[in-house]
Amino acid sequence: MNPFQRHSVTPAILLAGFLAINTTHLAAQAPAAAPTGPIPASTLTTPSTPTAVPNPAGFIQRWMVLEPIPVNGLTQNAVQAEVRKYALPEGLTVVPKNGDKTNVGGADLTWHALDTKNYNLNLFHFARSLAKPTSDVLFWVTTVVNSPVEMNNVRLAIGSNAASIWWLNGEEVIGIYGDRQTVIDDGVSKRLTLKKGENIIRAAVVNGGGATDFCARLLDADDKPVEGYTINLRK
Amino acid sequence: MMKRFWQPGKVATLIVLTVVPCAWTLDGVVNIHDPSTVIQSDGKYYVYGTGGGSLVSDDGWTWRQGARPARVGLAPDVIHIGDRYYMYVARNTGVTKGAVNMIWSKALDPASPNYKWEEGGVVASSDGVEESNAIDPGVFLDPNTGRLWLVYGSYFGFIRQVELDPKTGLRLHENEKPRDLAINCEASDMIYHDGWYYLLATHGSCCRGADSGYNIRVGRSRKVTGPFLDNMGIDMIQGGGKLLLGSESRLIGPGHFGLIDLGEGLQKFSLHYEADLERGGASVLDIRPLLWKDGWPVAGDNMKAGTFEIESARVGNALEMAVEGTPVGGRIVRQRPVGPPPAGGAPRPATGETPGPPPGGMFAGVGHVIEPQLATQVSSNWPSGNVDVRLSNFMSQAQQKWTISPAKGAGGYLGSPYFTIMIAGTERVLAATANDELTVVPAFTGVPEQLWRFDQLADGTWRIMPKSAQDAKNGMALTAVGSGGVTLAKFDASSDKQHWQVHLQ
Repeated sequence: MNPFQRHSVTPAILLAGFLAINTTHLAAQAPAAAPTGPIPASTLTTPSTPTAVPNPAGFIQRWMVLEPIPVNGLTQNAVQAEVRKYALPEGLTVVPKNGDKTNVGGADLTWHALDTKNYNLNLFHFARSLAKPTSDVLFWVTTVVNSPVEMNNVRLAIGSNAASIWWLNGEEVIGIYGDRQTVIDDGVSKRLTLKKGENIIRAAVVNGGGATDFCARLLDADDKPVEGYTINLRK
Repeated sequence: MMKRFWQPGKVATLIVLTVVPCAWTLDGVVNIHDPSTVIQSDGKYYVYGTGGGSLVSDDGWTWRQGARPARVGLAPDVIHIGDRYYMYVARNTGVTKGAVNMIWSKALDPASPNYKWEEGGVVASSDGVEESNAIDPGVFLDPNTGRLWLVYGSYFGFIRQVELDPKTGLRLHENEKPRDLAINCEASDMIYHDGWYYLLATHGSCCRGADSGYNIRVGRSRKVTGPFLDNMGIDMIQGGGKLLLGSESRLIGPGHFGLIDLGEGLQKFSLHYEADLERGGASVLDIRPLLWKDGWPVAGDNMKAGTFEIESARVGNALEMAVEGTPVGGRIVRQRPVGPPPAGGAPRPATGETPGPPPGGMFAGVGHVIEPQLATQVSSNWPSGNVDVRLSNFMSQAQQKWTISPAKGAGGYLGSPYFTIMIAGTERVLAATANDELTVVPAFTGVPEQLWRFDQLADGTWRIMPKSAQDAKNGMALTAVGSGGVTLAKFDASSDKQHWQVHLQ
């Protein structure tokens, strides 16, 4: 069962149609187009291979990113409240496909499959390429870690600009708050178990103003990058 | 020049034993003078002093009177080589006529079937005329060569060095003249560290209670035989010696250094103070961390009670209970540049935040002293149950300030009691979990997971371990993971992840 509305859109169509989508679905929240966009995201591409692997430092470079949701506040309580308020109706363990739409806060938003060229994924580039707001926004992101075996004593280690909350297979494992920059391994989970097969990583990244991005990797018991798994997004 | 001679009547007075329930240094019966290097044997710690004084401890924190050794004398020292414990103990039979005797046993616990002291004979002596007084032995096994050395002497003339046989503990090369190493000191001992040999000795006067000028000095050499120069290049044979430890606060006259190498980068040293003012000026045993700075040993401190920031040496972030922090002095919103609002952005300012800069500008402060933030002021929304911990930028907030207190009746470890680590102004204490993670529990219940050991490391930072994982060989220590994570992991002295600084608040 696919809980998402499937929209068969190519990146080209997306780029061509973003203004219409923006006007249609976010009119109440965004009366004016962003003065700076759209500007192509130089660090992001649409995935062209069926699977990906983490980079040599272990950073996951393939993500599904939902268009930004206007929010306000970066404190722990504020971010937690925003995440509850703008929760994904499908829950935390359902993985969307590229171009799927979901309705959050009364707006239909589109999921975008992205590969980043860097260790981090630049959400500012992403939103600006769609002429979407970059400040006071929440981004839902997700990816699928496909592990060939069960792996114990694994830690999810992330950094984000700004606050973020992270889940593995539906369980909250990290929360970092406040106005902060992306620092590698800024937030680290307790020891986790990667089950054999699919493991769903999901996060809500909340930005205040300015740049916004995130990075994530999995560390082993010796704090070394976990190897041997693939990233598989839904086709 | 101070002289000290064997006077049985005075020594008997020194060995009056009293029980001090909780004190500045160690706990229990700690009265001793001229202690040997504290040594561990079959799970217990032992130390021997002048006049047959002896102390024993199960944990290194609480001490009791021990068994009187087979040979009684001045300022013994003990070393463990192979299956033997060698004790070197001196006796003066004239003003400066002295002799260092060796006895040995295969155990130090009188209850052991292997406990039997055997006489080994004299290994060094002075005839009362020569420029040395053969008392105060210190024995050193060279880790590089396996050769065994004895240094001895007390003020009159020289500190001297002879070589011993590590197989028997007896003197080698008896016909060779002992080597002169230092003057104007006593209670000498040697250690090795990172390419250097160190000669430690005690300067100043002893045996005068709080009027004793005892202080521990050190020189170093690339060769085990010296010369030993201090940090200013002055040879100890000309009176040189860098200060390692002098009198501090209410502890007067430290002397009789003895290295306790615990491995894993953790070193401590045993000593006595001539006078502990909290114990009526009695001479007492202490055990302190040994630090290293610029190639010189430095006396560290055992943890003291207080309220601290606990800061990771890995990244500089502070341990905090994972609750929303409240800015000290109130929240101030940084104003963004004036311009058109971003498309889709929500209106500003945020609810409950200061709407704009205060009078005088946003950098003018609030115009009065901002008092320290108390937990009672900000904890109304803190969860009532267990709360996670994390590392975060320190901003003097209540969830970042930890009161470290000795736990009464909970025992201890070498030199210190166990401590609780509590959010200041609350009953919430840091605890280890069964899966080697961390949490803050609502109140202290006395279980080992809530008791903590602080050991100062060579660089002055701290290793922090729960009592439930105190075995230093396999123990789990407080560990930074990344910038914001904290866990328990096997201790590795070379990793900053497990080094912590504490800053008094």
